[in-house]
Amino acid sequence: MKSILTQTQIKLTVKRLAHQILENHLNLENTVLIGIQPRGIFLSDRIVDELKTLLPAEKIFYGKLDITFYRDDIRNELKIANATHIPFSTAGKKIIIIDDVLWTGRTIRSALDALLDFGRPLKVELCVLIDRRFSRELPIQADYVGRAIDTFSSQKVFVRWKENNEVDEVVLA
Amino acid sequence: MRLSSKHLLGIKDLSRDDIGLILSTANQFKEVLQRPVKKVPSLRDITIVNLFFENSTRTRFSFELAERRLSADVLNFAANTSSAAKGETLLDTVNNILSMKVDMVVMRHSASGAPHFLAKHIPAAIVNAGDGINEHPTQALLDAYSMQEKTGRLEGLKVAIIGDITHSRVALSNIYLLKKMGAEVMLAGPPTLIPKYIKEAFGVHVTYNIKDALQWCDVANVLRIQLERQNQPLFSSLREYNLAYGIKRSLLDNLKKEIVIMHPGPINRGVELDSDVADGPYSIILNQVENGVAVRMAALYLLSPKTE
Repeated sequence: MKSILTQTQIKLTVKRLAHQILENHLNLENTVLIGIQPRGIFLSDRIVDELKTLLPAEKIFYGKLDITFYRDDIRNELKIANATHIPFSTAGKKIIIIDDVLWTGRTIRSALDALLDFGRPLKVELCVLIDRRFSRELPIQADYVGRAIDTFSSQKVFVRWKENNEVDEVVLA
Repeated sequence: MRLSSKHLLGIKDLSRDDIGLILSTANQFKEVLQRPVKKVPSLRDITIVNLFFENSTRTRFSFELAERRLSADVLNFAANTSSAAKGETLLDTVNNILSMKVDMVVMRHSASGAPHFLAKHIPAAIVNAGDGINEHPTQALLDAYSMQEKTGRLEGLKVAIIGDITHSRVALSNIYLLKKMGAEVMLAGPPTLIPKYIKEAFGVHVTYNIKDALQWCDVANVLRIQLERQNQPLFSSLREYNLAYGIKRSLLDNLKKEIVIMHPGPINRGVELDSDVADGPYSIILNQVENGVAVRMAALYLLSPKTE
């Protein structure tokens, strides 16, 4: 068990990611934040909370996307779908996809497919807490990265949140 | 995560967990149907044949739409325009279709047990779209989904099933499902159309007075009089049936409580249901039809075969 991020580091990292998003977008009028179900939601909830304190007057477009029906391994194993909730049009908007760990890139590939079904976006960016470098199976990279780490594929990254595990931490096992 | 059964032959074979999984998955598909592109690629490598040996509008369209919304390839078969009319057996027909690499079979047949027979002889997953007077599982699932959506629960819900219980596969599937999910069931209709020992067999209430049933229930599922399955007169006339057992607006207004009216269609207007009830504020009949697509998507998705 090796610690990657502690509670304090996660707090600072979330703040930094929110600031970096604002740095690039200035305001969020034409921007949509999409958390990936189920585990990306813990991160996206916090980033959205941070953005709300930074821009209290602005309306933030925040949705949740489940990619189960778009998986490329659906024929090997059926997964239980979670709720998708995107109660606005994403056509012509700048989308920021938010997920906890970027590894093979296959989840994000599915998410890109799914998002096209909600309208043609102007641009799509990716924000992740952990980037497992050099292990991609598809040409996908993140625009906002909490921490980039080098791992063997046999290793596992656990992102734990207060909401489901009493403590905020990222460990490598 | 999968259903405990390879086929969907009837609610009888499903566990409570299976039913819960289908209903919760249907919720996610209902959201898909609100999107600008109402389609997901989940079943794009799957071919499904719809075998309808008996007439249908709603169920056939609903299944076909569900299959297309899942991106499956769809073959349609209607008995009257096929070689079944030349005397080909059911098993021969199905085996010939399956040899063209078809993965799943949706079948409606006038003989009770036809899909169960098929399940013993063919490798493909079978979804029963109604077999004779036995079961119509996807109708019961969409009814349950609609009840849950409207009232927020199934556990403890009081459901009256009114009309031709004997000849109704919808009634039997509904009874199985509602009992498994903890709802209370009351059957109401003329004594000639309610099987004698059904009360003991299923632990349901029975009444021959629809006013009592309406007063008791939260939801009334009104069934069609299935004249095509009755080979002897079981009540004097349709007009008399309507007078004694038809659901009228005045009956509902006098209840002084919330009630939900459902019907699996097709409606015989002025027989089991008057028009001002079918089109009125108590009715969720068209919501049932809408939910049917999402529920069938869920069933097909959860039964879709694994690659070996």
